[in-house]
Amino acid sequence: MTDSTLFGVDPSLFGVVAVMGPLVGAMVALRGTPRFLRLGLGIGAFSALLAAGTLWIALTRLDPAGEVVVRTLSGGWGAPLGIELRADGFAVVMLAMTALVGCAVSLYSTIYFGDISSERVRESPAGRGARFFAPLWLLVWTALNGIYLSADLFNLYVLLEIVGLAAAAIVTLAVTGKATVAGLRYLLVSLVGSLFFLMGVALLYLEVGVLSLAGLAEASLSGPLPALALAFMTVGMAAKTALFPLHGWLPPAHAAAPAPGSAVLSALVVKGSFYIIVRLWVDVYGIGPGAGVLTLGVLGGAAILWGSALALRQKSLKRLIAYSTAAQLGYLFVMFPLLASPEGTAWNADAWAGGIYHALTHAVAKAAMFLAAGSMTYAVARDDLKAISGIAHRLPMSFLAFGLGGLALAGLPPTGGFVAKWLLLRAAIAQGGWGWAVLLVLGGLLTLAYVMKVLRYALDRTDPPEVFRAVPRRMEWSALGLGVVAVGLGLRGQEILLLLESALPGVGP
Amino acid sequence: MTPATPMAPLVAWEALPLAVLLSSLLPGIGIMLLAEEQRRLRTWLNLGGALLKLVFVGLLLQGVAAGGSYAWRLQVVPGLEFSLVGDALALLFVTLSAVLWLLTTVYAIGYLEGGANRRRFFSFFSLCVTATTGIAMAGDLFTFVFFFEALTWATYPLVVHVGTPAAIEAGRRYLVYTLVSGAVLVLGAVWFQVETGGVAFGSGGVVDAAAAAEAPGRYLAIFLVLLAGLSVKAALFPVHGWLPVAMVAPAPVSALLHAVAVVKAGAFGVTRLLHSLFGIELAWDIGAAGIVAALAAFTILYGSVRALAQDDLKRLLAFSTVSQLSYIALGVALLTPTGQIGGLVHLVHQGIMKITLFFCAGLLAETVGVKKISEMGGVARRMPVTMMCFSVAALGMIGIPPVAGFLSKWYLGVGALEAGLPWVVGVLLVSSLLNAAYFLPVIRTAFLDAPASDVAWKSGGRPRRLEADWRLLVPTVLVALLSLLSGVFGGWAWSPLGWTEFIVAQGEL
Repeated sequence: MTDSTLFGVDPSLFGVVAVMGPLVGAMVALRGTPRFLRLGLGIGAFSALLAAGTLWIALTRLDPAGEVVVRTLSGGWGAPLGIELRADGFAVVMLAMTALVGCAVSLYSTIYFGDISSERVRESPAGRGARFFAPLWLLVWTALNGIYLSADLFNLYVLLEIVGLAAAAIVTLAVTGKATVAGLRYLLVSLVGSLFFLMGVALLYLEVGVLSLAGLAEASLSGPLPALALAFMTVGMAAKTALFPLHGWLPPAHAAAPAPGSAVLSALVVKGSFYIIVRLWVDVYGIGPGAGVLTLGVLGGAAILWGSALALRQKSLKRLIAYSTAAQLGYLFVMFPLLASPEGTAWNADAWAGGIYHALTHAVAKAAMFLAAGSMTYAVARDDLKAISGIAHRLPMSFLAFGLGGLALAGLPPTGGFVAKWLLLRAAIAQGGWGWAVLLVLGGLLTLAYVMKVLRYALDRTDPPEVFRAVPRRMEWSALGLGVVAVGLGLRGQEILLLLESALPGVGP
Repeated sequence: MTPATPMAPLVAWEALPLAVLLSSLLPGIGIMLLAEEQRRLRTWLNLGGALLKLVFVGLLLQGVAAGGSYAWRLQVVPGLEFSLVGDALALLFVTLSAVLWLLTTVYAIGYLEGGANRRRFFSFFSLCVTATTGIAMAGDLFTFVFFFEALTWATYPLVVHVGTPAAIEAGRRYLVYTLVSGAVLVLGAVWFQVETGGVAFGSGGVVDAAAAAEAPGRYLAIFLVLLAGLSVKAALFPVHGWLPVAMVAPAPVSALLHAVAVVKAGAFGVTRLLHSLFGIELAWDIGAAGIVAALAAFTILYGSVRALAQDDLKRLLAFSTVSQLSYIALGVALLTPTGQIGGLVHLVHQGIMKITLFFCAGLLAETVGVKKISEMGGVARRMPVTMMCFSVAALGMIGIPPVAGFLSKWYLGVGALEAGLPWVVGVLLVSSLLNAAYFLPVIRTAFLDAPASDVAWKSGGRPRRLEADWRLLVPTVLVALLSLLSGVFGGWAWSPLGWTEFIVAQGEL
């Protein structure tokens, strides 16, 4: 390494930009007029993209070995008190994913809520959604980026609370009775989940007296108390990630939120708590075979089957997509037993690559589907599947975006889902885990079944809806843009996976 | 007999296979972005792409004949890559689909004139051809599966094009069959990679014979899983059921996809499985090729028997396809070069003869509204050229010289005798008799019977010089001529037979 700066700037500065940029955007957007809303979103999107891009370059160019960029915030205090930010390959990939999805959602949200330039509309109940979505979402963005970069457990707790509060508020923006109930329930689960997490953190602090992730990893935790702490933290995070059987809150909340909100919640927010589980199990505790990973895997498998079965039975478009999220999150947990297998060879890296790649693809694809569904319901002003009869002919772009998202979830080419499925299957078969392999294949087919159910309604021309409102092009294009990204992930993932693998302890170069 | 006289490749550009792929992919995407009304631009894109593809294919053919080699690779993720190769075997299939794509595009433009959703139709039509091209040129199993699965969903909008409940139901059935088999194929492919460590295709097989000798059962299992994944598209009994139902699609779709692209993808896959993955000797040693041969022989007879009982012309043709496809699988499963040539050349011969038949069926349906054999009495008086073309192709199917089908059957029979499998000749004879039994009555009805009094031929008002729209008639006459000339000039080096002999002589099987 000859030069540790990037274009003459210390790259670690961009970690701060990733967190502070969206926060500044949120404050600007609080002003509530269309111009300030757009300005706030612009600031957030720009800083997130800038941070993700520069950190990516910094990692690959300046420090290909993996670790990292360190920055201590808050006036001069040292490591235990100041806020420390770290970025490794995994963190940067998640930052980039959030930035990409976030940009599309932001763009979509500038027009989804309608024209709010007049004072009267802005003060109406519907106008509230328009005014508060941007600041709340930018707050979520801030906290998510903080979670990815956070280097200690207490900061994680604080950021989790911010995400939880802001996300629950986004659900209630739809100003229906249902949304309020779903939002409050979400809030409750979220708070209880955070409490569990906090208990685990407290237990760990009692035991080792450190809260930084690196310090904990060095302490090589073992024994009953750390195990109990891990159990507490995992249960708390699993509730927030809606892992079966703690998924009940998710479908009503994600379905009730306004469309860009649903996209944010399903694509990104649940990944925040999942990210923490991965950090804990892989980095802090050092993953190994045992009852723990098996439990996570089995619950993940149950989530795939149960979530898909329920998705198939839904009559409302957005609920179907929401149940699909509950199912798809299951794949992320199936990764754990495959990652921990004692046979540990190169195939273990496959589990890691496949699992995280699936998380990325799911984020992009699910956001595309929710945004496309938002355009469809926007056009027909209803949310049941019957109402979108023949919509494929009216909104071909949205139909295509939805279809590409669906292909990605089902693991079909040319999308990233195909690559992720191949890698996960390879990990499973190489370890003789035929049960997992069959589960993965079955899950893909069930996914197709419910995606096809939607496409069939959309193609059916026998009973077209009587109401049809033209959809702004910007909405259709931002959904399709994400669909195209899902395809891109299927064609080229080399750089992403190299970065990811550098972050896997014991396997990296 | 090689077509190569001493010469150098005109174009030595390695990425030529990619150019062949893009020449239909880009028009497909371009058409999707056009508006429905931009008919002229759409037609130009379509025909331009098809002509350009032919030029690229021509250059490839010349280059390969002159001893050049063409391969293009793109790393997707560590350990998996896209690999497109233009070798002699790939070109057999590529040339077939490129030539027929051009003709079918002309036919489809005439056939769908004035219909709805032509943008979607032509866009997905191009995507289907792209996927077929990808299947043909895939240099490894990963790329093959990628395009094989992509072909599945790219065909769906074409099957359900008319949007009637029957079409939607046919589409559902098609998807259930193909997607389930696709999932099985992925499973088999990953298993193959884990077991052998690679996915690349190689002449004479890539499986290590010693390893296979140690665990013949496991290798047979892998083979059967892969075969199960391929057999749906290859329409092998008992998973052929989707094909007759899918005949609800518009005639050009039935013609190109269900006579050529989709089903040939399956048959071509079986060829790759036997020759490029396992190697034919090994496939016989572990008992795999015997299973293929037996299954194919049964399907040949079964399809023919079922065709006997059909009154709907397109359904009859579909069952005939089921039967004829298995000639290919049977041939390539034989140990002798002669038999393999017979099977492989039938890939082309069956394609051009069957597309002629489907073009004729479409002409009859579109011009005079005749869809059933019972309504065909005397139809040759109204449409003599169409019925002449039909007769040529039907005689070829039966195996009467000098039409192309005779050559396939001759080589197959001789090859089977050389391989010491006289029962195959029996199957061929019985099948030919059955072919005659269902094709000859159609011809007789059309030429000799008087029109039934209650049949009112739909006619197009104004008197015309031609018996039908030229865009429908000209491609039909051309493919009928091709069927005839491929038989007559079978000895020429550039005929399908000549090229197939070149493939086998190169040792590419």
